[in-house]
Amino acid sequence: MKMISSNKLTDGRVIFWTGAGWSADMKDGKVLEDDAADAELEAALKDEATEVVGPYLIAVDGHDPAGRERLRETIRLTGPTTGSTKYVHGIKPGTEA
Amino acid sequence: MYQYDEYDATLVRERVEQFRHQVDRRLTGRLTEDQFKPLRLMNGVYLQLHAYMLRVAIPYGVLSGKQMRTLGHIARRYDRNYGHFTTRQNIQYNWPALVDIPDILGQLADVEMHAIQTSGNCIRNVTSDPYAGAAADEIEDPRPWCEIIRQWSTFHPEFSFLPRKFKIAVTGAAEDRAAIRAHDIGLKVVKNDAGETGFAVFPGGGQGRTPRIAPLIREFLPVQELLAYLTAILRVYNLHGRRDNMYKARIKILVESLGADEFRRQVEEEYEKIAADGSLALPDEEIERIRGFFPPPPQAESAEPVQFSDDADFALWRKHNVRPHKVAGLKSVVISLKPIGGTPGDATSEQMEAVADLAEQYGFDEVRVTMEQNLILPHVREADLEAVWRALADIGFATPNAYTATDIVACPGLDYCSLANARSIPISQEISTRLDKSGLIEDVGDVTIKISGCINACGHHHIAHIGVLGVDKKGEEFYQITLGGSHSDDADIGSIVGKGLPGEDVPAAIERILRAYLATRSDGERFLDTLRRVGEEPFKEAIYEAA
Ligand code: SF4
Repeated sequence: MKMISSNKLTDGRVIFWTGAGWSADMKDGKVLEDDAADAELEAALKDEATEVVGPYLIAVDGHDPAGRERLRETIRLTGPTTGSTKYVHGIKPGTEA
Repeated sequence: MYQYDEYDATLVRERVEQFRHQVDRRLTGRLTEDQFKPLRLMNGVYLQLHAYMLRVAIPYGVLSGKQMRTLGHIARRYDRNYGHFTTRQNIQYNWPALVDIPDILGQLADVEMHAIQTSGNCIRNVTSDPYAGAAADEIEDPRPWCEIIRQWSTFHPEFSFLPRKFKIAVTGAAEDRAAIRAHDIGLKVVKNDAGETGFAVFPGGGQGRTPRIAPLIREFLPVQELLAYLTAILRVYNLHGRRDNMYKARIKILVESLGADEFRRQVEEEYEKIAADGSLALPDEEIERIRGFFPPPPQAESAEPVQFSDDADFALWRKHNVRPHKVAGLKSVVISLKPIGGTPGDATSEQMEAVADLAEQYGFDEVRVTMEQNLILPHVREADLEAVWRALADIGFATPNAYTATDIVACPGLDYCSLANARSIPISQEISTRLDKSGLIEDVGDVTIKISGCINACGHHHIAHIGVLGVDKKGEEFYQITLGGSHSDDADIGSIVGKGLPGEDVPAAIERILRAYLATRSDGERFLDTLRRVGEEPFKEAIYEAA
């Protein structure tokens, strides 16, 4: 199974293709059958004109990163695992609920 | 410090406005990402895992208090309240929005800063000895030469599209603290028998996938000939460097494939042609004009010995973090950005602002960034050391570990970097925590530990006494240990010792290496000397002992 991920053009934040647009929440991401993924990526690539940078396919297991790039994609999803900005994605450090 | 003239100021301002338009055209679809990417990279803007990253140039690692304060302000206003000082003597912001970057560059321009030459296949920002102008072992202050190279190389039309990026490092001291032989060109200020100043020239060093220590091709280059000779080297490289294969495109591959003698012959031949018309010879007045921006260090008001308080923490900090100075009564202070268990090189806005205040109050308005990812106040009166130490302690910047085994260098690794194989920062944190608890630090003395998250080697693992390299094995993080590297006068590339270890085994393995050293060393022998004397076998055994 696959999903399409990208970075938002204006601020670089990690986003996922929902089928109709983009969401920062992976749970909104559209899960694709492997053989449908390339065609869907073609559609998502149109948004590179003004909205996103470099959309690409990631392997998923349900709505979680999977496969060889699982660690990399998990870090993209949840943020640095340590250090000055260990944080819940999208929330500034020190303001975590 | 160098002060911008109207050319510098105009050039940097124009660049900000150009980039503002480029960003606008990208956001409105008039530039594709393929068209925009090289433009943003030329302005230091990368796209990392979570966000854009802005790399700001700190030419030869020199900052004023005002510039440091601006860096802190930018971190607070546009980022997540911190910045990351790198092995290139630069600062990186990890979270800026693209739409804010033109404004950030505008604020940098207000204090004579920019992000030019921090990316792309051009001559990158020159790096140097962070103790330039202060070091007790200095032959001559290298900063004027760095500044001359900066002015010559910025937007140099012939050298803006080289086969690959190109890094020049300059030192003016007896001890190499700038890793000059691990750069595309290393320059060392030397004196000849007549007492004249010149350069020893070392081209073809580098780290990354194919690490090489640069050979010496010119023992004495008269200073007036600096730009002519650099041009000759760059021309030979520009013509013959491998543009067909980015992994073979650095000058180190060319120097190696031709051999140092043939490379020298070609450079000298080119240099003869350039020197013949004299147009690149540096006029003495121009050299003096640039030197004028870097006056000799201030005199201490009193060179009388200072009676320090008997605070043991202060004494330990002085032992490691206070360095000799060429002027009696002054010292250089290393501000450790390596709190035990912290992120190497990170500083918050408040910390940067406090360092700016200290530089202005006690440091004759100068701060330096080191390739070890620390900061330096190059000129501090001995009588002010205790006040500086207390102020640093208040902001968590007084860890007494400069140049010890917990002064670990680590690249951003997989926590940030899109090229990474493995994380670097957590490994460095665990090593520093473990070694600090081990009680070995004072005993093992001068040991460098450096960590890179991939073979690009931004964490300088190749030139560490103990290097750690992150590798990816079928999606899992593993770490290879290298032994025996050095960036200094005994420059060498570390060799990989055996198979990779899982991250959780690395800190204990490093502790065992240090214990093996203590058990094996002769009197007064540094780690590196012991390793070179006995070979890697006892250390290899120590690494894999528990496996
Ligand atoms: S060494 Fe590799 S992982 Fe580390 S910062 Fe450089 S490119 Fe990224």
